[in-house]
Amino acid sequence: MQKPHLELSQLGIEFPGANGPFIALQQVDLQIARGEFISLIGHSGCGKSTVLNLVAGLLQATTGGVLLNNKEVNAPGPERAVVFQNHSLLPWLTVYQNVELAVKQVFRGQKRKAEMRDWIEHNLALVQMQHASDRRPAEISGGMKQRVGIARALAMQPEVLLMDEPFGALDALTRAHLQDSLMEIQARLNNTVIMITHDVDEAVLLSDRIVMMTNGPAATIGEVLPITLPRPRNRIELADCATYNHYRHQVLSFLYEKQRKIEPLPSQAALKPAPGVKRA
Amino acid sequence: MSTTLPNRWLRARSWLPQRLKLQRLSEQFALAAVGIAAFLLCWHLVAGQIHTSLGSFPGPLQVAEQWSGLVAEHRQEKAREAAFFERQHQRHAAALAEDPTAELVLRPYRGRPTFFHQIQTSLLTVLAGFVLASAIAIPTGMVIGLSNRLYAASNPLIQLFKPVSPLAWLPLITILVSALYQSEDPWFSRSFVVSVLTVTLCSLWPTLLNTIVGVNSVSSDLNNVSKVLRLNWWTHLRRIVLPSAIPHIFTGLRLSLGIAWMVLIAAEMLAQNPGLGKFVWDEFQNGSSDSLSRICVAVLVIGLIGLLLDRLMLLLQSKLSWDKTAVLR
Repeated sequence: MQKPHLELSQLGIEFPGANGPFIALQQVDLQIARGEFISLIGHSGCGKSTVLNLVAGLLQATTGGVLLNNKEVNAPGPERAVVFQNHSLLPWLTVYQNVELAVKQVFRGQKRKAEMRDWIEHNLALVQMQHASDRRPAEISGGMKQRVGIARALAMQPEVLLMDEPFGALDALTRAHLQDSLMEIQARLNNTVIMITHDVDEAVLLSDRIVMMTNGPAATIGEVLPITLPRPRNRIELADCATYNHYRHQVLSFLYEKQRKIEPLPSQAALKPAPGVKRA
Repeated sequence: MSTTLPNRWLRARSWLPQRLKLQRLSEQFALAAVGIAAFLLCWHLVAGQIHTSLGSFPGPLQVAEQWSGLVAEHRQEKAREAAFFERQHQRHAAALAEDPTAELVLRPYRGRPTFFHQIQTSLLTVLAGFVLASAIAIPTGMVIGLSNRLYAASNPLIQLFKPVSPLAWLPLITILVSALYQSEDPWFSRSFVVSVLTVTLCSLWPTLLNTIVGVNSVSSDLNNVSKVLRLNWWTHLRRIVLPSAIPHIFTGLRLSLGIAWMVLIAAEMLAQNPGLGKFVWDEFQNGSSDSLSRICVAVLVIGLIGLLLDRLMLLLQSKLSWDKTAVLR
């Protein structure tokens, strides 16, 4: 059998707490093929970000480990590029310089100056941001910043793209737009992607598999839902598609029936629509 | 202190049509003029009522008179200096005409330093002290800020020395300088070194503390970016930490410069080192009928120079800092 591209094996992590160690994650097992798009979904505090940080190497596992191409990962590196939730651009650099910092670091000694410039411009063009390359992050909108964050990650030519709720802070229209861009780019470059999301529609629309996590402490993978909808996917056509709605239903039932947060809700809040059910 | 205000303030301002902006600006000027006029009037009225051992307290008119007096004195002194050198040159020319191989010495002019010479000395001293303080505080702050252990080790010392008054440092520094700074042909006079070191010791704390805070407050997201990119220590410092800390560092520098100027005047007064402080002290000891007015001139000039130094720092900040949203006031 072919070895998986990225493997999470028996992954677990404990944090030291006041009353002994706090087990945040345990027994997370997942095998991801090259070019696969995985969504991690679960309630807040279930350890989704912890999984992503373990793969990124920003956290160290207590048990088990992460294997990329059969090699253990225990430190951060550009082959596992991260797109952060709040873009994390350097505010004192222009859009171009932000991408340049990454490109210079990753391709030092491999690309010549002109090649680097072409590569930076190519990646900015991928996210349709070349028109703003001389602007600073403070001068562009939230959606544009997130695009630049994606361009910076793509410019590292990563084997795995890790996205921590990349569109969480954006309004619904911008989010839909960026989701379409991301699908297009992923179809073209065939990146392996792990994306954290709270948004059920986003997960179903973008993913090849949805990994649903149980509530913490000692969170782990509850169910894995393969999404076999044909690509390219069109959000408008899918809105009436029975299979699509079936997938949505499965995710929703996992989140709000099987893994309902046990905290009692005040009666007023219970009447409001639950977060994550809004349509993209 | 610079504070960050919401962007919409700036945006709302740029919406204003040009004419409205001009109107607002002229209004500001008018109000400032009213404030100054009211102050001068109160001063004038109150001053006449106060009688001191040196006559009645000077009002704005007497002070303005003394200002012209000081300017005239400075002009006279310069004319005397020019005449002194003119006489020397004439003498030298005559000597050379007699004997072309004559060895000539150009004697320096040793006149009394005027008010404006004292200003020059003070400015030079404060800048030297401030530059030295910054050169120590910024690198030290960065190193301390990057290490939690170093911070824990040095913080008690910083907190201990920060509140020490310049007047307490001065005797120690004077003794130390006269013990350690001994040379046949010194570059700087001893009094200059004493003043500079006092200014440095008192003014480096705000820059040091603000640099530490700035370095410490690099967002964890940017630190993660740096880790993912595997930036080495030096690149991390140069590309992530230093720019993050720049707004804080400037806040510290502005506070430091203000303190440096205040400390300098006190140090000059106490140690009889040349400068504006000595001018004030000399006038106080002099006790002539003009003394009070002259001291008032010095007070106003000291304030004005402090104000200008602060504005200069602001200008530098607006040129060098990337954070243009920080409202500069």
